[in-house]
Amino acid sequence: MIARTIAACLFAAAVIVAAYLALVRQPTIDPITAPEHASFDPALVRHGEKLAALGNCNVCHTAPAGKIFAGGRALITPFGAVYSTNITPDPETGIGAWSETAFRRAMREGVDRAGRQLYPAFPYDHFTLLTDEDDKALYAYLMTREPVRTVTPANDLAFPYNMRLLLAGWQLLFLQRGPYHRDPGQSEQWNRGAYLVEGLAHCSACHTPRNALGAEKTGERFAGGESEGWTAYALNARSPAPVPWDADSLYDYLRNGWQAAHGVARGPMAAVMDNLGSTDDADLRAIATYMAGILGEPTPQRRRQGDAALAKARDADRTSTTGSIDTMGQGPTVPGNDNELGAKLYGSACAGCHESGRPLPFGGLHLALSTPIEGPNARNIINVVLAGIPAAPGGEPSPVMPGFAGAFSDQQLSALLAYLRARFSDKPQWTDIAKEVRDARTGARPVISYPSHGIGAAPADVSERMSPW
Amino acid sequence: MVKLTVNGRQHELTADPDTPLLYVLRDELALNGAKFGCGLGQCGACTVMVDGKAVLSCITPILLLEGRQVTTVEGLGTHDNPGPMQRAFIAEQAAQCGYCIAGMMMRAQALLQNNPRVSDADIRAALQPNLCRCGTHMRILRAVRRAARLMQTADADSAGNSQ
Repeated sequence: MIARTIAACLFAAAVIVAAYLALVRQPTIDPITAPEHASFDPALVRHGEKLAALGNCNVCHTAPAGKIFAGGRALITPFGAVYSTNITPDPETGIGAWSETAFRRAMREGVDRAGRQLYPAFPYDHFTLLTDEDDKALYAYLMTREPVRTVTPANDLAFPYNMRLLLAGWQLLFLQRGPYHRDPGQSEQWNRGAYLVEGLAHCSACHTPRNALGAEKTGERFAGGESEGWTAYALNARSPAPVPWDADSLYDYLRNGWQAAHGVARGPMAAVMDNLGSTDDADLRAIATYMAGILGEPTPQRRRQGDAALAKARDADRTSTTGSIDTMGQGPTVPGNDNELGAKLYGSACAGCHESGRPLPFGGLHLALSTPIEGPNARNIINVVLAGIPAAPGGEPSPVMPGFAGAFSDQQLSALLAYLRARFSDKPQWTDIAKEVRDARTGARPVISYPSHGIGAAPADVSERMSPW
Repeated sequence: MVKLTVNGRQHELTADPDTPLLYVLRDELALNGAKFGCGLGQCGACTVMVDGKAVLSCITPILLLEGRQVTTVEGLGTHDNPGPMQRAFIAEQAAQCGYCIAGMMMRAQALLQNNPRVSDADIRAALQPNLCRCGTHMRILRAVRRAARLMQTADADSAGNSQ
């Protein structure tokens, strides 16, 4: 009897597995011989280049110090490490044998040429919105890159996440196929912005929290997420920016990589900014318009707080004190004994740049305007204090902040963070600061730092020197 | 009053606690190896080690350093008995004007002390914050590679005060 029950169960399981396999099985698309470069229209390739920049493809598909688009970069997820693939047109290790149909299927359905499901670390849940023309241009661009022969490392995922077939279930649950449906009630510009933001630019991949299966939570769109050890701020009504964003300031930020009332892009957003340098003004305006809609009109109270923060920063510019702890670092009391230490640390190590009155992007942001200090946790400040903002390679002018990893002890850094939060924000103190500091130091929370290059529209005098040598 | 340990010697300093370490080293302790370059932590000429890690002394107030071990280029060896890092820089003649060299040596020392088996990419990445305007980068890289070899050999610790 028991044996028969077990046999029945096994049979039922086998039927379910077989049905699932039949359902999720995707056909292989025949390999092709990579087309001649000359067969692609140069204008189409140029268009594809801009699209690839807007899609930030190079950042994930390039290993540290590796060849561009040759893959091999570890993307750390809660399920383990996914290694990006080689998307150069090498026939064996890249996409050289992929037809345009195969490429389009990967972008829209998350299935590779051989019919295997792709991990959604590749944001096909966004790329599915792309038009035929844009996919065609991206394909033309990638197929005309230098082929690089390189085998990327195998993914390092825990069971059961290492079973690709399960991804078919993920796609069934979470992949909403495109194309983009325009909203006739909105302007052309808004619709263009929505197409770019929700599609190729995949902004919400970082700026939206994810559920237990790694899919974006549809009910909390743009409520803030994370990326590479950094917090990606909320870009909806919960935006922690002291000065509310609007379409103009967003455009300014996206165009130049910094914004006077908000600061300099750093962390993964610095890499995004570097790519946005080639994006047309019209597209950036469209993105800004759409995102301003998501952010919504600020409440009168938020506006007042923003004005107050701006006034504080302006006052500091006028007095432009020079970093003496007698005049700086005088903030509200913090519970415990940390305040005095924090105030002294701020006054002696931070205020010299952050209250110098030297304009952005090369001067330090007045911390009354700091988004991370208003943020949900201390991670971004910890990252920046420890590693600083590295200089751009090749001597290109870029905002730089020195890292203080060797100078601050964990306890000193914790005191400084508590002080910054108490002085510059009305929000309650962060919890578990000490653990966040420790995790960043030990690598329990791996953090990737990027130089903030590609900075545009800097003031003419980039140094404090006003006269020749 | 801040108590500071520099190159193994204790000092009691009357300087304001917010004084940058560099000023104390140069003006009070007569340790002139670390240089003032930009004063903004952007050139690396002032690099020293604190507890074995490279630190920019021009932006590090001494109040952060109570009870910690500061090492300057003077702590790597003496004129008569230079340490492996110094021997390597002399052998490769890595200095032209020399202004950046103390900082270069200290950042390289922090790197190699942690792990002398480093790749060229590691050296380049580690020295990235330190600028040289004369253009002796290739010699500096050679010197650091030579120092790495020296530090892997048995006599590596025969000179210098490394902790």
